[in-house]
Amino acid sequence: MNQMKPNTMLSINNLTVEVEGKTILHGLDLEIGKGEIHAIMGPNGSGKSTLSHTLSGRDGYQVTAGEALLDGEDLLSLETEERAHRGVFLAMQYPVELPGVNNMTFMRESLNAVRRARGEEELDAVSFIKLVRAKAAEVKLDPKLLKRDVNSGFSGGEKKRNEILQMALLEPQLAILDETDSGLDIDALRIVADGINALRSPDRSIILITHYQRLLDYIEPDFVHVLSEGRIVRSGDKQLALKLEEQGYGWITQEAAA
Amino acid sequence: MLANEQTVEELVQESYQHGFVTDIESDTLPPGLSEETIRLISAKKSEPSWMLENRLKAYRRWLTMVDPEWAHVEYPEIDFQAISYYSAPKQNQGAKSLDEIDPELLDAYNKLGIPLDEQKALSGIAVDAVFDSVSVATTFRQNLADAGVIFCPISEAIREHRELIQQYLGSVVPYTDNFYASLNAAVFTDGTFVYIPKGVKCPMELSTYFRINEAKTGQFERTLIIAEAGSSVSYLEGCTAPMRDENQLHAAVVELIAMDDASIKYSTVQNWYPGDENGKGGIYNFVTKRGDCRGDRSRISWTQVETGSAITWKYPSCILRGDNSVGEFYSVAVARGMQQADTGTKMIHMGKNTRSTIVSKGISAARGQNTYRGLVRIGQNAENARNHSQCDSLLIGDKCGAHTFPYLEVRNPTAQVEHEATTSKISEDQLFYCRQRGLSEENAVSMIVNGFCKEVFNELPMEFAVEAQKLLNITLEGAVG
Repeated sequence: MNQMKPNTMLSINNLTVEVEGKTILHGLDLEIGKGEIHAIMGPNGSGKSTLSHTLSGRDGYQVTAGEALLDGEDLLSLETEERAHRGVFLAMQYPVELPGVNNMTFMRESLNAVRRARGEEELDAVSFIKLVRAKAAEVKLDPKLLKRDVNSGFSGGEKKRNEILQMALLEPQLAILDETDSGLDIDALRIVADGINALRSPDRSIILITHYQRLLDYIEPDFVHVLSEGRIVRSGDKQLALKLEEQGYGWITQEAAA
Repeated sequence: MLANEQTVEELVQESYQHGFVTDIESDTLPPGLSEETIRLISAKKSEPSWMLENRLKAYRRWLTMVDPEWAHVEYPEIDFQAISYYSAPKQNQGAKSLDEIDPELLDAYNKLGIPLDEQKALSGIAVDAVFDSVSVATTFRQNLADAGVIFCPISEAIREHRELIQQYLGSVVPYTDNFYASLNAAVFTDGTFVYIPKGVKCPMELSTYFRINEAKTGQFERTLIIAEAGSSVSYLEGCTAPMRDENQLHAAVVELIAMDDASIKYSTVQNWYPGDENGKGGIYNFVTKRGDCRGDRSRISWTQVETGSAITWKYPSCILRGDNSVGEFYSVAVARGMQQADTGTKMIHMGKNTRSTIVSKGISAARGQNTYRGLVRIGQNAENARNHSQCDSLLIGDKCGAHTFPYLEVRNPTAQVEHEATTSKISEDQLFYCRQRGLSEENAVSMIVNGFCKEVFNELPMEFAVEAQKLLNITLEGAVG
């Protein structure tokens, strides 16, 4: 397949994915460099969520052709949790509630599972509490939410901030944010965006999946891609997002079809 | 999605940790039940004649009764003539100290994590070890006797504490109560007797560990706990059995009596062999447990973690006779493989200002069927009685079942009765979420299940809460490992 460039974090080649017998991604290609932020936009049903679920290893997404390499390693043959151990993080569009499971306990188990897999020492309770409190302050999450059950009864904004907090704790190499902006009012959006910006780093690549360009007012992407019918049909810089905002997706999908 | 269901299924495949058989010479009666069998049991126990008469009365009553069919469980007809009603390890007879007990027996209990050597025992917990039909050792008896507490095998109590036995045995669960209670009254072989005198707070946790070892035997134990006015005690029972292909019957009766201001906390961690994933073998656990809050301001609290047995049929109940008395029932019941559980409680409010709380957590996995069945009855004189019931069911996979049958009978208009019920499923979304954060599927399931059971585990004595949590992890642990 493609020769990997030395600073490539994620290389997706000809990725073809079926869900329940229906092909959703049709030979998608995408190259993401270390430290880059890529925004992926596209109309409903274009395959945005299929891409994020396939990369993070959700059951039910059948890869029928193509590959995805993370730092040169075949990502698609790994179990879901192994991908997490390698530093793939998916901030979910709809973070699920885990009734009865304490948020702090969950995050500690999660961080220690990742640390164990990497051969690092587990954090004891005291060091973990210090760490999680500091990180929660950074993403402006009410520390009371740490004592509650995971996402149970959280508002939409609190759920998204709780995702960003976990991202800050796990320090992923590749963070995929799946419509993190959906359902947020402007203040909540700003706080979440600040949290993501604080996590920008030369060693971390970020994929922002979004419907709307308004998130990109707060997080400036290096590249913008338009996904349509399971393929990337156009790539550009943030000017492309602005044009989409003005003119909609129609002109691109028509061009792609022509 | 299919792939995920298969992993969940693998996860709930059994791995029973206590399935070993102890190779020990035993004195076992041939299978069969008749008046002759009962006379033999009574003779082996050197019982006084009034006890034998009680047994025979119960047996004659039992002959007129039929096996109840109302529970939501299915099993082939039990052949009561194919069961052996008495089996005892040979060398134990009359052992006065641990040195006289067969090392094989001690080893069996060590393997189960219940050292009978007081030096090695969990501090603060006294144990009565019942092996098949007899009690083989009771630890810390002297320490307890110093506090005035009687903690001994019930067969010994029948010989040595005649007045207490005659006054209380069968006073909560009479020999006419139900099919299995009558059978138990006829053939019970051993069990535990506890007496806490007036005003005494029992200085140790008391516990009985029941082990079925012999093939084709039934275990019929009888437990009686009496807490005199102002006293309190916490008691725990644990149970395991070898993996065998045939079904074995365990039909126990437990009676609790709490006088004025007394409190009894009774906890069960039941892990009888549940049978294999196709439903072959396993224990039939048909048990009658009832507590009588006889005195004013008395309190009886049942906590049970039921993970084992092919079939569980039990309803630990409270009769709230005394004014201001309190009854509680906290339960976690697991049905996986082909297990069937029909369990719950009865809260019978008779006194004024009586209160009861029911928290039931049912977990169903694989092809397990879990039923909550509970009765709350408010009698006509029970002014200002209150009950709160909460019944939650958790489903793992899509071949299992959860059923809830709450019965309410309210005969006093001042009563406040509340019932809440929920059913939830460990969803693919939840498992994906946990795994995406680096947790294995097993860890994720155990974390969610433990979260579901938290309210009940909080009621267990600390050491046992940890045990119960571990047991639940093992119970739901899969091939992954």
